Amino acid sequence: MMNDRSLVQIAFYAALIAALGLLPKVAIPVMGGVPITAQTLGVMLAGVMLGPVRGALAVLLFLFLVAVGAPLLAGGRGGLGVFASPSVGFLIGWPIGAFVAGLIMQTTGTLRVLPAAAIAASVGGIGIVYLIGIPGVAFMADLPLVSAAIGSAAYIPGDLIKVAITAVVAETVARGLPRALLSRA
Amino acid sequence: MISLYLPGQSWLHRCSVRLKLFSLAVASLLIFPISDPRLLGVVLIVVVALYGSLGPQGLRQLKALKPLASLVAIIFLLHVVAGSWLEGVTAVLRLVAMVLLANLVSITTRMDDMMEAVMTLFAPLKVFGMSPRKPALAVTLVLRFAPVLLSVYSSLREAYQARCGKRTSWRLMAPFLLQSLAMSENVAEALSARGGADGLRQDKA
Repeated sequence: MMNDRSLVQIAFYAALIAALGLLPKVAIPVMGGVPITAQTLGVMLAGVMLGPVRGALAVLLFLFLVAVGAPLLAGGRGGLGVFASPSVGFLIGWPIGAFVAGLIMQTTGTLRVLPAAAIAASVGGIGIVYLIGIPGVAFMADLPLVSAAIGSAAYIPGDLIKVAITAVVAETVARGLPRALLSRA
Repeated sequence: MISLYLPGQSWLHRCSVRLKLFSLAVASLLIFPISDPRLLGVVLIVVVALYGSLGPQGLRQLKALKPLASLVAIIFLLHVVAGSWLEGVTAVLRLVAMVLLANLVSITTRMDDMMEAVMTLFAPLKVFGMSPRKPALAVTLVLRFAPVLLSVYSSLREAYQARCGKRTSWRLMAPFLLQSLAMSENVAEALSARGGADGLRQDKA
């Protein structure tokens, strides 16, 4: 299971999440002034491409680096401070979301990659992440759940764009470099 | 690789990592239940004073709050809408104090020391027959991959700009991933050819 190739791929996707945060507003149109980071795109891709266990490990590796002080979160944030900030729920949701996305990719093995990746990224990358992120905001900022949900909803349109990109990219990789789609290997 | 660490010789720099992490955990648990804004104001002043004890460049590190500003504003606004601005003040003071305190540990601890302190958590991996060296190798790989990925992306972007005049597009994502994945396959092969991640351990033994 944990052969060299898996190890390199896990590190690769952790680095991808970091790189997507460092890129100047990658490729994603900014919606109504809400800054959209591409980092959740990396989380979705990790789950969809690597499968549940490796996908979650890649995200955990990234969060580990952030926790020990690498300012790799979008906007140059990092260190232990981000785990005391209201968005901590989203960070905790990331590895779980990647796990669920990977699981969906695996269990829908007969479905074509494009729709399967779209479903996996929406359920894992949006559904699960917000399911954990919103109570996190409510808890840390002492807000009612509804207010926290309203405050977080502004990011959902951006996340839907990322789902679309994840699906297209997964389909392209499935054609161009099929063995890199470890979740279906 | 970039890091939050602020080089220095202050008393906080000399404290042991474990002590700092332990104190941070205790302090966070104590601060979180406080709901009196005046008391939280005092806590915040103490935290800022701790930054001040690092000297002027310590106070400059309060910039860690800048990326948090819009989030804090939204939270305050949501509290006002929900009916109580005083609760908003309390929540914001608490958040700012906790984030600053955690950040203080990060800026006064070298990344290597922090990693070493946390690596002991990986020791139980031995039970599952997995080398605890693997996480260390993975960390090194991430730190090396990240700048490489950025340079792959920027060369794609330059080519795209030369063709279309536009600076960047989501269309670059797929070729970006394909190119960099192909590179990572080479890295995996090179690693296996050199005995693999476990080979490192056998050599030492």
